[in-house]
Amino acid sequence: MQLLEYAIRGVPTGCVFALLAVGLVLTYKTSGVFNLAFAGQAYVSAIVYYELRKELELPLVAAGVISILIVAPLIGLLLERVLFRYLRSAGSMAKLVTSLGLLIAIPEIAKLLFGSETRRNPPPLWWVRRTDEWLWPEGATFVLDAGQVATILSTVVVVIGLVVLFRATNLGLRMRAVVESPRLAELSGVDSERVSMAAWMLSSVLAGLAGVLVAPLFASLNPFDLFTLLVAALAATVFGGLTSIPLTFLGGILLGVLQAVLAGTLPTDSVLTNGLRPSLPFVVLFLLLLFRPGLRTTRELTDPLASVDAPPPPPAARARPPWIATSARVFGTVVSLIAVALCWFVLDSYWLGLAISGLVLSVTMMSLIVVVGMGGMLSLCQAALAAIGAFAMAQVVAGTGVPVVLGLVVGVVVAAAIGALLAIPVVRLDGVYLALATLAFALMFQSIFVPLSWVSGGAVPITVPRPVIGPLDLSDDRYFLVFVIVCAVATALVVIRLREGTTGRFLQALQTSDVAAASIGINGPRARVVAFTIAAGIAGFGGGLAAIDLGQASYEASFPYLIGLVWVALLVSAGARSIQAAVLSGLFFFLFPALLDKLFALPGNWVDTNPDAPSWVAGIADAIQPTWAQSVAFILFGIGAITYAKHPEGSIEAQTTASVNAIVRRVEARNDRHRVAAGAGGSAP
Amino acid sequence: MSDPVLELDHVDAAYGPFRALFDINLRVGAGEAVALVGANGAGKSTIARVASGLLAPTAGAVLVDGTDLTGAPPFRFARAGIAHAPEGRSTFASLTVSENLQLAFRAARPRRDVAADLDEAFTLFPRLGERRDQVAGTLSGGEQRMLALARVLVLRPRLLIADELSLGLAPIVTAEVYRVLTQVRDAGTSLLVVEQHLDHALALAHRVVVLQQGEVTFDGGPDELGELSATVLLPAGAPSRAETAEAAETAETAETAEDPAGGEP
Repeated sequence: MQLLEYAIRGVPTGCVFALLAVGLVLTYKTSGVFNLAFAGQAYVSAIVYYELRKELELPLVAAGVISILIVAPLIGLLLERVLFRYLRSAGSMAKLVTSLGLLIAIPEIAKLLFGSETRRNPPPLWWVRRTDEWLWPEGATFVLDAGQVATILSTVVVVIGLVVLFRATNLGLRMRAVVESPRLAELSGVDSERVSMAAWMLSSVLAGLAGVLVAPLFASLNPFDLFTLLVAALAATVFGGLTSIPLTFLGGILLGVLQAVLAGTLPTDSVLTNGLRPSLPFVVLFLLLLFRPGLRTTRELTDPLASVDAPPPPPAARARPPWIATSARVFGTVVSLIAVALCWFVLDSYWLGLAISGLVLSVTMMSLIVVVGMGGMLSLCQAALAAIGAFAMAQVVAGTGVPVVLGLVVGVVVAAAIGALLAIPVVRLDGVYLALATLAFALMFQSIFVPLSWVSGGAVPITVPRPVIGPLDLSDDRYFLVFVIVCAVATALVVIRLREGTTGRFLQALQTSDVAAASIGINGPRARVVAFTIAAGIAGFGGGLAAIDLGQASYEASFPYLIGLVWVALLVSAGARSIQAAVLSGLFFFLFPALLDKLFALPGNWVDTNPDAPSWVAGIADAIQPTWAQSVAFILFGIGAITYAKHPEGSIEAQTTASVNAIVRRVEARNDRHRVAAGAGGSAP
Repeated sequence: MSDPVLELDHVDAAYGPFRALFDINLRVGAGEAVALVGANGAGKSTIARVASGLLAPTAGAVLVDGTDLTGAPPFRFARAGIAHAPEGRSTFASLTVSENLQLAFRAARPRRDVAADLDEAFTLFPRLGERRDQVAGTLSGGEQRMLALARVLVLRPRLLIADELSLGLAPIVTAEVYRVLTQVRDAGTSLLVVEQHLDHALALAHRVVVLQQGEVTFDGGPDELGELSATVLLPAGAPSRAETAEAAETAETAETAEDPAGGEP
């Protein structure tokens, strides 16, 4: 009886999971995109609703209609028109990376538009201003508040509506057909463009509705909470096999009920309760991904008419003339030396510190090269693996007093070991599922292990001293810079060795065709496990260095999983296979926002020093705020990832290839002229 | 004379940098059955794609019943009565058999006729009726081809474009497919049949169009084909325009590639 009461208490939460999960299923079913940006879209509608309802005090219906039925579908339409319609025949990986970029960019755009102040106590989608102003049934022991009632009602309506849409209407059938092959659908007389637009608008309405309904669960409105909740809801999505709406709904409810029952029955303040309850959805998601029957065998549906498209341009030749390679190396070394000299002699401590942090991050970025660029696995948990390396190092150094450099080695070994354990089940999953499983792992790590004192040291991060090597005390940032450079170069050599070696070749073959690679005797899972393990080790190394750089192993400061997602977006847009891209994107991550910060402060400073400037100039200068820097930087990082579909090799790699080709052409043209001139001279006598 | 159902007027087509069709003129009249034959890579499927709007021509015009539809999306062609069964797998693998059929019927018919059309399709292909709730991706190759055919046939199109329907089918199934196509022809539907099996195509067609290297090299009655029929499926002996252009380009790149070596004594 007690159990039943706990179970009933779980239903409102279950409805929240179900609503988000059903929204994702709808997007996936009707657009083929596993849309992580769903959380971003939800956030925008939640902000709009908040502003209309709380700041402008509009009535419920007006605020609801504008935020959910007007703003949300317009965003969907915009995304479809400018972005996703060009991705219809792109692979699921390109779509996922694009949605990752949007997830990062959309909330920051919203913050620029609507202001980034904290929005406390989001209002429910009900006729009251606060969720606890209206309770039902009144006076009972177990009551629902306005937010919960609104969520339950909406979820039920949405689920019934969608089941009817897909079972009984023409539009639902057309949406499913257009996802599989827009061209084949057109041959049947279906206007694919319109259907696709309708699909995006519909799924965006659902995102908006979910955002507005879910917002009151949090004390204040922010995109991170929404995204974490979305990942939790993914468990229900996977339960439904990414396609079944009723099963997804059931999965959401079950998840909520399970969580409530566990909360009620497990002994309070045991490690198990405190860790398991918040992380339950992630554990369930992880286990479902590994064990749900049928999930591993679902192949991506390909458009049978894809061959109508022009064939992709041939891949850039990997082999370059030796003189180009040599001169590029010389040029690169000279530029790097000049950069180091600049750092050593010119930069003040602020910029030097940022440059060091950037170089440290580039080590972690190199782990992404191995796993994403070479292995073709979109791992979203490199930040967690870096944190593992940092914590292992910090614990060993603090516990036994071994030198920090030795601690770094321990960090690498521990991270690689955990990476290997994770890799063995995970590498067998297909693209999107692997990304989700690693995301689930990152969140499990965050919610179960990070709070534990034997992992992270508890509430106060463990301090890590700078190493002393012989006479050199690395507390001096300039010596530390050299140390980091040595570490980065060593890592780069490992990565290059791996890329050019047997495993690298195997991985490249596997990326082209799993089946063809297997037929010539390549053990795919094994090569992937090796890559994943080495990448985990490198991430652990980068994490350890980051902890040394900061002076402490702090999860919050260095490794939150969302920052890890930004890293992935940044590296993938710069070039997932090139060392150069890893170094530049690492530096970019720290230096670019700082530069923007200075840039946005300029107009304000100028007005301060020129008090007699015209008022409209002052107005503009006042409007530009330095706080924009972070937002603008993140928007650009996100937009960078969106270009992935067009340049899968990355913008830096594309630039390099283009300039190398140009140089080769020019030199050959010059050689031609010389030869012609020589030939003419030779034939004269 | 009334407008032909389909007319390609001086059509060029290309896939990115690769040009596939050169100045094609093709007319299919009402009730006429035309066979399009040629070797692999001659451009047969490309003509089929241009004729149903899947591929927009780079030059020239496509007219359906005298209306210029050049560059229009494929669904406009479908609604104008052009039904195209593309080569290879051309069903929605994730939809069931009856959903595959309904998708087409509902786009073209008032709702009450859909059930009747479904029944007609299942009478025509009883195998499909047995599997109406099965997901199309799990059907055998022959069954998938039947489904693709059933979908376009029951629509009663003005022109049916059948692209390599016999490819990879058992001879007995091929014969069955051609029996159905003959019925369609006799019912007055225009046909454009892309085929490598000359015997079937010649038996069915009023007119034969031979395509070599992206150009029409013969257009006439099946009996006029004569001894040419032995050679149409071979790659052309004389280099055509496409080949010459390609050869010139290869020579050019070979030259530039050899230059550095040649420059050294």
